[in-house]
Amino acid sequence: MSVDAGVGQDVGAPTGNATLVERLRSRLRPDQVRDGAAEVHLYRRDASNMEGHAAVVCFAESTDDVRAIVQVANEFGVPFVARGSGTGLAGGAVPMGGAIVVSTSKMNRIISVDALNRLAWVEPGVLNLDLSKQIAHLGVHFAPDPSSQQTCSIGGNVANNSGGPHCLADGVTSAHIHAVEVVLPDGSVTVLGGEDPEPDGYDLRGVFVGSEGMFGVATKVCVRLMQNSPDVATMLLDFASVADGAQLVSDIIADGIVPAAVEMMDQLCLRAVEEFIHAGLPVDQAAALLIEVVGLPSGVVAQVERIRELAALRNVGTFRVAADDVERALLWKGRKSAFGAIARIKPNYYLHDTVVPRHKLPEVLEQVYEIAARHDLLVLNVFHAGDGNLHPLLVYDAREPGVIDRVHAAGDEIVRVSVAAGGVLSGEHGIGLEKRDLMPLMFSEIDLAAQGDLRRAFDPRCLSNPDKVLPSPAGCGDIHSIPEGAWV
Amino acid sequence: MILDDAVAAFATEVGASDPITISGLGTRGGPVAGVRSVTAPTGIEWIQPAEMTIRCGAGTPVVDVDRALAEHGQCVAIPEFGTIGGALAVGHSGVRRLGWGPVRDTVLQMRYVSARGDVVKVGGPTVKNVSGFDLCRLLVGSRGTLGLVADVILRTRPRPAHERWFTSERDPWELLTELYRPTSILWNGTTAWVLLDGHPVDIEMQAASARLSPAAGPPDLPIHRWSVAPSSLPSFRSDEAGTFVAEIGVGIVHHISPAPPRTPDRETIELHRRIKFEFDPDGRLNPGVAVLAGG
Repeated sequence: MSVDAGVGQDVGAPTGNATLVERLRSRLRPDQVRDGAAEVHLYRRDASNMEGHAAVVCFAESTDDVRAIVQVANEFGVPFVARGSGTGLAGGAVPMGGAIVVSTSKMNRIISVDALNRLAWVEPGVLNLDLSKQIAHLGVHFAPDPSSQQTCSIGGNVANNSGGPHCLADGVTSAHIHAVEVVLPDGSVTVLGGEDPEPDGYDLRGVFVGSEGMFGVATKVCVRLMQNSPDVATMLLDFASVADGAQLVSDIIADGIVPAAVEMMDQLCLRAVEEFIHAGLPVDQAAALLIEVVGLPSGVVAQVERIRELAALRNVGTFRVAADDVERALLWKGRKSAFGAIARIKPNYYLHDTVVPRHKLPEVLEQVYEIAARHDLLVLNVFHAGDGNLHPLLVYDAREPGVIDRVHAAGDEIVRVSVAAGGVLSGEHGIGLEKRDLMPLMFSEIDLAAQGDLRRAFDPRCLSNPDKVLPSPAGCGDIHSIPEGAWV
Repeated sequence: MILDDAVAAFATEVGASDPITISGLGTRGGPVAGVRSVTAPTGIEWIQPAEMTIRCGAGTPVVDVDRALAEHGQCVAIPEFGTIGGALAVGHSGVRRLGWGPVRDTVLQMRYVSARGDVVKVGGPTVKNVSGFDLCRLLVGSRGTLGLVADVILRTRPRPAHERWFTSERDPWELLTELYRPTSILWNGTTAWVLLDGHPVDIEMQAASARLSPAAGPPDLPIHRWSVAPSSLPSFRSDEAGTFVAEIGVGIVHHISPAPPRTPDRETIELHRRIKFEFDPDGRLNPGVAVLAGG
């Protein structure tokens, strides 16, 4: 694969790059600025299969460091891209145009925790699960929980509005961010939002969350913490038909119950995971639902019983309720280790992320199976059924000639049928490069121009993570190229 | 599709030139005086209970939305007065914010009419969506200065089958710590009011364990609204009784005096100026309305 998808910049030239690196080293400690071939090569991509080209990689340790890097970027007219753990799947952290990569992974301190008022200030490089683990003794947690929560950073969660199973009851990540200290694209520093609930002016906090690194770099984040629940029930239900399981999800919600999480795995996924972790999963059934309800004891018991009644009407097979924390952890391990388990089937996978209205789940899942079959691909489904957030996994062996083209074609069709069913392009992975050129499926030129207006207000020079989210010409007039590996 | 026609007609009425203002039921300040005024489309297009979503015109009264959702055992976290559009334009949440979250989180998708007279769609129709930059959040609380909201898709929530108000003379922060996810804790410096919802047995158990007494409802709220860090609420202890009611764990203080002015920093003022310029370069939308002191 080619490593150079950069466009429109001349910083790739050795002399220009040497001057840039020298300038950065004068503003940071020299060891924070890396331009060795191996490191620059390593940071050309994130967890997607798209690649760009980094001019240099800087490891920021403070707000001042980030400000210095952004100031240098402005001096040289070179783009920059913030990067947390690099777990993004939509290419949001892929450096375009020979960008400076600003790694925030060393900014990983929990600055303060106010357990009484349930908020905490953290640096962007703090890992999602580390935060909840370190504050568990205070009886609180950070609700957004992407499957990658052991490795993904809070800064990345903010950039992509990335949630997980527990967004169903607790809301998407945006609802869990009170304030963000940011280095704006011109190098100035401010705080968007605040600890107070109704800061004056426009909700700049709200627009920064999910802006995919294009409105500046987050250097501190004030997160909302949630009370841990006194009681929890985790259920595993299985079904002979995917449609029955999917219908039950709608039945439960329509009945007025919003479980903490409702996750679905189809048969291929169940089998892969069971071989991997031996949790006693129902490998002969078409699908299983993992449902969790939380709260006070009587409410939890009543909800479990009501779900049992509704499930019976949808021909549930077994209805297993985790007897203790050990069994609960095992069931969740099954859900969260799905991606590891899949490596046992084929070496490569492409994970998709779309959302459809819940009542369309059975129909769209049928279409997903049909699309995969037509392209002669295996597809596994493991996803957030409660909010209709599909995650079809196309598994393949990249060594097989022509398979990549089939994977991309199938992926494109999956996104299109999701949007056609009244859904959206992404639930939590972001638009990035992956879906940038599919934005017109949902938005008119006028709609996209409004998003471009907001981008321009934050970043008139278009230096902060250019070429993402907005298809040309709605953005800054960046010249777009299709990076290697993109299926768009 | 009735709403689509109404939105198109609304855009025509807003037009692309001359100052324009918007009014709903006038409960949140009303239109700018001396400027041509329009009203947003009204009516509920659909309710999808299994999706927990509703689509309605921005001019629809909140009570109409509440009544229609009640038939499906649902509600929306928006204070029950005025219109949906007015509530979103101002962005103030109700006293249930502690448990139900802020008004801004109810919006999934909106269409607004821009300063150019175009209908612009932002956000997505599903309860979870990443759809590019989050302009829904930008519009909420923007007081009609960036676009005039025409219609919305809102996220609903289950209507609590049981909820009860209580009072207590105990320290409200002890209550905040002890109670599991209370919907509201209000405090006037001496007395706390607590709203609990959920299973009736759980409500009784929580009330007994925290030694709460039944109450008829929340206290009357003074008319001014302060927004402070929730950690600074204890400093109101020294204020005279009866001058305020604070939302514990949230930071809204309903006060008899206007909120002290706040000074935004230079960067925030500049961002506001640039956003306003991009969205309404001629300043025709709600002229004279300042969303930011000093801005």
